[in-house]
Amino acid sequence: MTQLKERLAQIIFGIAASVSIIAVALICFFLFANGVPAMLEIGVFDFLGSSKWRPGSEQFGILAFIISSLYVTAGALIIGVPIGLLCAIYMARFAPKKLLRIMLPGIELLAGIPSVVYGFFGLVLLVPLIRVIFNVQGMGILAASIILGIMILPTIVTVAYAAMKAVPQNYYEGGLALGASHEFCVMRLIVPAAASGIMAGVILGMGRAVGETMAVIMIVGNKTMIPSSILDGARTLTSNIVLEMSYAADLHYGALIATGVVLFVFILIINLAFAFLNRTRKA
Amino acid sequence: MKLPKAHKIPMKNDTRRTKGAAAIAMRWIIRTGAFISIAILLFITGYILVTGVPYLTPSLFAWEFNSINVSLMPALINTILMVLLALLISIPFGLASAIFLVEYTKRGNRLVKVIRLMAETLAGIPSIIYGLFGLMLFVTAFGWGFSLLAGSLTVSIMILPLIIRTSEEALKAVPDGYREGSLALGAGLLRTVWKVILPSALPGILAGVILGIGRIVGETAALIYTAGSVTEVPSSVFDSTRTLSVHMYELSREALYMNEAAATAVVLLLIVLLINTLSAIVARRMTRGMTDGN
Repeated sequence: MTQLKERLAQIIFGIAASVSIIAVALICFFLFANGVPAMLEIGVFDFLGSSKWRPGSEQFGILAFIISSLYVTAGALIIGVPIGLLCAIYMARFAPKKLLRIMLPGIELLAGIPSVVYGFFGLVLLVPLIRVIFNVQGMGILAASIILGIMILPTIVTVAYAAMKAVPQNYYEGGLALGASHEFCVMRLIVPAAASGIMAGVILGMGRAVGETMAVIMIVGNKTMIPSSILDGARTLTSNIVLEMSYAADLHYGALIATGVVLFVFILIINLAFAFLNRTRKA
Repeated sequence: MKLPKAHKIPMKNDTRRTKGAAAIAMRWIIRTGAFISIAILLFITGYILVTGVPYLTPSLFAWEFNSINVSLMPALINTILMVLLALLISIPFGLASAIFLVEYTKRGNRLVKVIRLMAETLAGIPSIIYGLFGLMLFVTAFGWGFSLLAGSLTVSIMILPLIIRTSEEALKAVPDGYREGSLALGAGLLRTVWKVILPSALPGILAGVILGIGRIVGETAALIYTAGSVTEVPSSVFDSTRTLSVHMYELSREALYMNEAAATAVVLLLIVLLINTLSAIVARRMTRGMTDGN
């Protein structure tokens, strides 16, 4: 009787645990089953290689959105990585304990703020600011990059901080014993030793930036052309989906799902890079 | 002969000792980076509070929404319903997954590796993809339409990896002595898990669940095309609802209600603050409980 109960419990827990597998399989299936046929109907080359997005005349090219997504992500990394990394270094090796006790929850708060609130902040403060300074419309790559840079900051800080905390103390002590300064030991010994962990944080932040939707949609301008400057309005893969899904039908609907497929593939590549990096770190 | 213990490096003195201009410059660069991060945090929270608090009027919390009072109350109630329903689904599955991974499998088990990889994959999928998935499966294929149920199922899958990971960590933090003691007394594994391990891991699990609540409250992209944006409190799980975040997005999109959107941002910010504090308190209790136990 007890044996049966134990066995039953194991099976039930096992089934519950496979929900993750089922969920990933279902997500892949639904995305590809709905997106790929549309992509084929449009023509893979026309879909990925053209920047003409005119749903009215059945033209669905998402090249401009891919490029804009890359621009915005690169911009977010340019802003978020240096600040996040320096902040993590400070927290790991410079900050007094008392300050650290405030900074850690602060970073968590930054991570917890909903993306609409970030978007709203960008909309009411950053966009008008850019409008006044550069005398342009304001919504565009620059505004989105800055907000995304702030949004990925906590991801980069927490992962890089944990990586640097995990570096054995004797690296640092060895450096000090050889007469090097505290700064030298941190920058030349600890940071390189934590490099793969820091890289993992950057990749995780990149994934967040590529996939972020609501904050971007509110401040990126949503123009369908390839942007020619960072002040231009643009439309990312994510925002394209949300903007048009409410009234899309037939091939247009399929094209939006296919946009999701492209985004999903990007994310899978980023995830794979992250998993690979983690594995090499553990080995 | 006893060797003296290795000294702890006196960090404080060290940071103050100067060794050349490069070291000083480096130190200031690092400080600047940290300062910018703190400044951003303070500035954003401060700005949201200053712009939003003046508009936190009583009419904003009226029971019924109309275009004059722009009440956030229905959205707030919907958010709570959404959270409860989503947790009802994701806690059992997430917790059972974690128990299976930690208590029922051996190291290096292939199934465990696959499950963990899939949970990691789920964690990396952006919320808009969950939204699309929910739209295709729950809204369209199941024919539920925009509904509370479709939305809560979508977000429950979204927070599943978070629940699994935090529960796993909480279970792993339970000392092995607890398990061995219980098993030595003749209890079965199931009884051990239920009566010994789960109670002592509870605070850690709870801390994870609270973080999951935070994610649902802040979610927009996964809900806008699964739960929709009706401003009323639903009478059944098949009714469309808008949560607070969706509400705020709709307000700021229409550009007519920027003040009300600012006030909603304050409410969202306060909820996040409350959730983070709660989670931290609960998690601290966990570590304290563990050291007491030893």
